Amino acid sequence: MSTTVNETMEIVYEKPKTLTESPTHYCPGCGHGVVHRVLMEVIDEMGIGEQTVGIAPVGCSVFAYNYMNVDMQGAAHGRASAVATGVRRVLPDKYVFSYQGDGDLAAIGTGETIHTVNRGENILMVFVNNGIYGMTGGQMAPTSLCGMVTSTTPYGRDASFIGHPLKITEMIAQLPGAYYVARHAVHTPAAVRKLKKAFKASFEFQKEKKGTCFIEVVTNCPSGWKKTPLEANEWMEKNMFPYYPLGDIKVPAAMK
Amino acid sequence: MSTIQHDEHPKLMKGNEALAEASLRAGLQAYFGYPITPQSEILEYLTEQAPKHKDVVILQAESEIASINMVYGAAGAGARTMTTSSSPGISLMQEGISYIAASELPCLIANVQRGGPGLGTIQPAQGDYFQATKGGGHGDYHLIVLAPSSVQEMADFVFEGFRLAEEYRMPAMILTDGALGQMMEKVCLPKYGSLPKKEANWTTTGKLESRERNFITSLHMESEKMELVNLHLQDKYRKLKQEVRCELINTKDADILLVAYGLSARICGKAMEIARGKGINVGVIRPITLYPFPYEIIASFADSMRMFLTVEMNAGQMVEDVRLAVNGKSSVYFKGRMGGMIPTPEEIILEIEALAEKQRTMGQSAGYL
Repeated sequence: MSTTVNETMEIVYEKPKTLTESPTHYCPGCGHGVVHRVLMEVIDEMGIGEQTVGIAPVGCSVFAYNYMNVDMQGAAHGRASAVATGVRRVLPDKYVFSYQGDGDLAAIGTGETIHTVNRGENILMVFVNNGIYGMTGGQMAPTSLCGMVTSTTPYGRDASFIGHPLKITEMIAQLPGAYYVARHAVHTPAAVRKLKKAFKASFEFQKEKKGTCFIEVVTNCPSGWKKTPLEANEWMEKNMFPYYPLGDIKVPAAMK
Repeated sequence: MSTIQHDEHPKLMKGNEALAEASLRAGLQAYFGYPITPQSEILEYLTEQAPKHKDVVILQAESEIASINMVYGAAGAGARTMTTSSSPGISLMQEGISYIAASELPCLIANVQRGGPGLGTIQPAQGDYFQATKGGGHGDYHLIVLAPSSVQEMADFVFEGFRLAEEYRMPAMILTDGALGQMMEKVCLPKYGSLPKKEANWTTTGKLESRERNFITSLHMESEKMELVNLHLQDKYRKLKQEVRCELINTKDADILLVAYGLSARICGKAMEIARGKGINVGVIRPITLYPFPYEIIASFADSMRMFLTVEMNAGQMVEDVRLAVNGKSSVYFKGRMGGMIPTPEEIILEIEALAEKQRTMGQSAGYL
């Protein structure tokens, strides 16, 4: 890449060095790229890149390790938190994060999710919830809203037949092993700044071995939702946020 | 075979406990397991020993699925790691084992087999031979499979399993059964520190400024790349053939060769003694590595004058490999019991006598003596 730098200009914003040069495979308007960036920015700013191991899921973010320039392992579908447990237990002084979508964390991996948090594993679990299976082509996810049209609920999600959208983050917050649980978004600069603070606090708690930090990020899926990025964000604010309200869910006294 | 040093004084131990103690002595760094009969003593022994081994991670997982994925994580982070289970639990692990094999991670898995299919029985069986030696999970992969036939080997093969797994960067399995796991026998335990660990450069322990990032994955979207990964694995499995191990007992003059592993091989040893007392020349071929399988060793005994009798605690699984090895040059017969039933030496003798009679009437006695 060729760039011309005017040495008299001050650099006010640049790519975190823990992000690689890989071109993105995410769809236009997708929230994953922003979440990746915020996570890596925090790791850079805290200077913990050399001590961090990430666990990638199966789903749209299966290629997270293509972008995150830290040591990573790709887990089987749903098992990221079990893999993260294995890593963190043998590297008790390192930082470990897992990164999963809603299908991965809240459907096939529900057992691992609950028990990992229940053990209070000292990891950061990043849960990206867009209410749909994006990678496989827009099927119903555990978090798809009632009435939501997906490729496997072509007439809309019928809760009486298939169950209600799962608020797994609220469930997680009930567990004693969960130290810090919050729900954020990346649809506005203000939201991004809040998410960044939450990631930073999570790594700080991890250093002090306080237990599991669980951060949900409610995002969009323009391709899966069959909307433009702008429409998707509007739909998310109108429909997703009322069911999945943003904000802290379980906050340690130290943060209050 | 590595030269493991052993304690001079024997202990009386259960097979499962000997395996668990040997794992600590082999420098185990992380164990993840879930209760299931007849292997729970391994998890129980290790959790009891945990206070004396604070540097070893010993964790009861919420399922066998979680166990094997914790093993994946720990192995990727460079730890000498193990999980153990019994047949239904090993079935649950197959997806994870496929990932571990594809990602080339070393680890040790012990299957203390019980009778199946389904929930089956808690009694000993050898019904998981196909699953262990042919892959088990999806895709073209193999495990190193070691089959102990004594409590001593339950301990020794932990060392051998870790050594081979780390040398070839692939999962190793100890394929044993509920009888060997539960029986008490004299064992001279391997000594601490006799299995050094080599430093690896591929582990995920934090990306240093000085190196590229390490990532562990089995995902390769381009078919061309995925085929190269497969070719590399197959190349490794070919190299692994040099590790074939097999015990040969009274084979030179044998008219009838029993082929059996693990518990069945012990029973065949007894049957051989009785048969020889009756003047029938019987020998035993005991495969120790079930993968790689001793095809060439078995083939070297195959001729039209000899008969083979494979004895297994299943419906006939290893016998297919024996037939492949013999390649039509000898008749291969099978005696099996299933569902947790153990063949007796007397049952095997009846088979041997019938074969000896067949050889006599066909004028087929080899007359090796």
